[in-house]
Amino acid sequence: MTTTLYSIIVEFVQIAVVLLAGPALAGWVRMLKCRMQGRTSAGVLQPYRDIMKLFVKDVVLAENASWIFRFTPYLVFGATVMAGAIIPVISTVLPSAPAADIIALVAIFAMARFFTALAGMDAGTAFGGMGSSREMTVATLAEPAMLMSVFTVSLVSGSTSLSQMAQVVTTNPLMLRPSLAFALLAFILIAVAETGRIPVDNPATHLELTMLHEAMTLEYSGRHLALIEWAKMIKLFLYAALGVALFFPWGIAGATPLWMLPAAVFYLAVKMAIVGAVIVLIETPLAKMRIFRVTEFLGMAFLFATIGMLSYFMLE
Amino acid sequence: MTMPSPMALAVYSVVILLIMAISALVFKSRQGFLVNAVFAFSSLACVMALTAGFQAVSNGAVETLILPIGLPDLPFYLRIDALSGFFIAIIGLLGLFVSIYSLGYVRGFVGQRSITSLAVFYPLFMAGMILVVISDDAYFFMIAWELMAVSSFFLVCFEDESGANRRAAFIYLLIAHIGAVMILLSFGLMAGFASGFENFKGYTFSAMRGAHISPGWASAAFLLAFFGFAAKAGVVPLHVWLPEAHPAAPSNVSALMSGVMLKTALYGIIRLTFDILTVSQWWWGGIVLVLGLISAVTGILYAIMQVDLKRALAYSSVENVGIILISIGLSMIFTAHKMHELASLALIAGLYHSLNHAMFKGLLFMGAGAILHATHERNMERMGGLIHKLPWTATLFLIGCLSISAMPPFNGFVSEWLTFQAFLLSPALPNPILKLLFPLGAALLALTAALSARCFVKVYSVTFLGRWRGEHPCAAREVNWPMKAGMCLCAASCLLLGVFPTAVIGWADMAPLILIGAKISVSAKTFGWLWLTPVSSVRASYSAPVIFIGITAVVAAAYAVFHSRRSSKTALTRAPVWGCGFEKLTNRMQYNSTSFAMPLRRIFGFLMMIKESVTPQDANAHGAFQRKFVYRLMINDRVWYLLYKPFSKAAFWCARKAGFMQHGRIQIYLLYSFITLIVLLVFA
Repeated sequence: MTTTLYSIIVEFVQIAVVLLAGPALAGWVRMLKCRMQGRTSAGVLQPYRDIMKLFVKDVVLAENASWIFRFTPYLVFGATVMAGAIIPVISTVLPSAPAADIIALVAIFAMARFFTALAGMDAGTAFGGMGSSREMTVATLAEPAMLMSVFTVSLVSGSTSLSQMAQVVTTNPLMLRPSLAFALLAFILIAVAETGRIPVDNPATHLELTMLHEAMTLEYSGRHLALIEWAKMIKLFLYAALGVALFFPWGIAGATPLWMLPAAVFYLAVKMAIVGAVIVLIETPLAKMRIFRVTEFLGMAFLFATIGMLSYFMLE
Repeated sequence: MTMPSPMALAVYSVVILLIMAISALVFKSRQGFLVNAVFAFSSLACVMALTAGFQAVSNGAVETLILPIGLPDLPFYLRIDALSGFFIAIIGLLGLFVSIYSLGYVRGFVGQRSITSLAVFYPLFMAGMILVVISDDAYFFMIAWELMAVSSFFLVCFEDESGANRRAAFIYLLIAHIGAVMILLSFGLMAGFASGFENFKGYTFSAMRGAHISPGWASAAFLLAFFGFAAKAGVVPLHVWLPEAHPAAPSNVSALMSGVMLKTALYGIIRLTFDILTVSQWWWGGIVLVLGLISAVTGILYAIMQVDLKRALAYSSVENVGIILISIGLSMIFTAHKMHELASLALIAGLYHSLNHAMFKGLLFMGAGAILHATHERNMERMGGLIHKLPWTATLFLIGCLSISAMPPFNGFVSEWLTFQAFLLSPALPNPILKLLFPLGAALLALTAALSARCFVKVYSVTFLGRWRGEHPCAAREVNWPMKAGMCLCAASCLLLGVFPTAVIGWADMAPLILIGAKISVSAKTFGWLWLTPVSSVRASYSAPVIFIGITAVVAAAYAVFHSRRSSKTALTRAPVWGCGFEKLTNRMQYNSTSFAMPLRRIFGFLMMIKESVTPQDANAHGAFQRKFVYRLMINDRVWYLLYKPFSKAAFWCARKAGFMQHGRIQIYLLYSFITLIVLLVFA
């Protein structure tokens, strides 16, 4: 009974962490980036202020927008938070973790993207369509690579359940596996593409030729935009947390003892700070690449993941 | 009163269908009555078939019947087991929904054209499909198979005034018969080895089951049968009839052909390989797997490129048949390696996807029919914004799109998830070739899933979202209630089949049990009905109800917190879209089907034959000062030009060369006969 209660508490703590830490990570990345580029930053808390501001703004809808356009922000937010309840962010003991393994998790993100792309086409502008078409192209290439990468990890742990995968890595003695190294490389490339960061997409641009994700959500305003932005920040956080849980899960809380939970939150904060720094290091010296170069970029990710899987089948 | 047995129910439903076909000829002068009678009684027959199939699977019992009709000494053998029961259930379920839909859909033809041929061949087609899956001898199987093929041929050329439709129907008939000949040859091979050939009993499936076939001949029989059935199932490269025939047929028939008829071919493959021949060689599964992968990827890539809504759906059927073949191939490989639990997992994945595909593809074709009914348009480039005109159809079509794109918690996801699980359990296999093939297969399946999401985002958004692209204002109105009801039922089953997979697997598990001798429902349900754990809970788990409720709860909470007027006090206003400062934004400036598919055309274009040209309309003006350009884009199936064109050219060449003997003069023909006689006399 106590373990059930404990796991439910953990679940709620985790959802709270996910909701709150998403904007914090985005703020941290922006702040570091400003420092790197010699600009003055608005501080870590700026994303919170942005979201709060958007929530009190009026909504302006395109004349032609249908219910799909209005429903999408809620669904995207819902799917993202659901994903946050499943990924072992602070603990491997989550009551909702068995609801979806890694394949289902990828599908939940895919559903959010499906609706965002529909919303992009809904207003009937060329911008929205362009964003949807491009985003779906990137996703088409990224998703198989993503699955291949996590499949490699799942072969190592003999499971596709996320908690199980994290547990196997933490409990087994540390050994270097070539398959995991390739899978990690592939995962980083894919995470960059999926979360819309430089060099695949530029989250800070509104220039017509370079937008991917932003073009889809260009028509949004007010609380709808707030939800979409918030979900996007959570998604970045979740991809970072997923990578950490799959490849560097040490420090994550298990079933017992209780004090591991605050420790896990602390470890997570440290790891996320490092991930944020890595993102800034990747983004600062690079420029966004042409959309058709993304094919090669993701093709490389796919190749890494396949090599990782083959090396598992051949070597391990 | 006791419930009639599954066999009796199935036979009764066939009898009802046959009576309907005959009486349709009698009542052909009263067209309106004909629509109601034929489709109402077809619905009844489908309910009976559904009950029969459901019971046959849940009982797991085998029931046989010998009908003393046909040629002397060659009675018809019928048999229902869990496998045929599963497919009868699919036929009955989709048949029921489509028959209800047809009540409204076919009414639209009354007054425009005679619907008699539809009313005659629709029940015959259904009867043929049911008979295919319950027949238990080669002779009767071929009769049922031909009944199905020929009646569907007449349904495809229902609107026979257009040359394209007649051509589509002809290609369909041709390829169906090439397939039928191969199946017949395979039966002949097996009957030759079966005991009892002397007393005319070798043609029954039970005699073939007992036959001792040498591995070489067994492989020959397998290959013949597989390619024969593959022609019907639309496996690449034998798929060319499919994108022609499906758009040509009326939409209710397309729904049945794609949703159910393709499945009877898959039934044939499963019946022959698992039951009659019993899988002995792993490379049989390898061939099935590789062709399945090729079909899946090419099918969906071509689907993305289409601008005709029904053609896109037809190509997506090629993809889904490919996915089902992947699972069947995996199951064969595992069976050959004596890994029975994994084999039954893969087979369940394939069967489940067959059921799911019947539901969502049926729904999508019915939706396409509703759009056609409302707008008289099949070209997506001239649609748009239909969500405002057809709110019901739009919502139901969206459910179909989500299901086919494998989005949780809908049904398409469950079966694809099970297939992925089967792939990931493969490291235990001892074969090095398979160890290379499996990761690649998993990758291609993942690519297929992602591409299909992209395809249906395009299909849905170009058709229903944005603004109307047609030249004349859109005059579409929502369709009538039987059509809505048919689609609603399909959509509801898409959701239910997706949310309660454990119940479905617990029911369908009888089929792998009788074929392979292992079932997965014991391990699949160890955690309770809420959690689907195909192997063990540590290995993998999925719970559609939890995801469904979880997402709904968060969405509802977000809506309650952020939407309600009291807390946010924000207003909602409508305004024109931002046109970047340009004044005249027209509806033609929206992204359309072609432009949406453009990035993929560049990436995967090497797989297709693409002819693209931009010609200035005014030849005299300078290139930089043109007022209008004409853009032409042709995307052709490479298979057609690589495989079929040379073949048909060769056939024509032979015919022309043989033609010099034909002069049309009777004397010369008599001379030919005379010479032949002499030659025969000399050599005999």
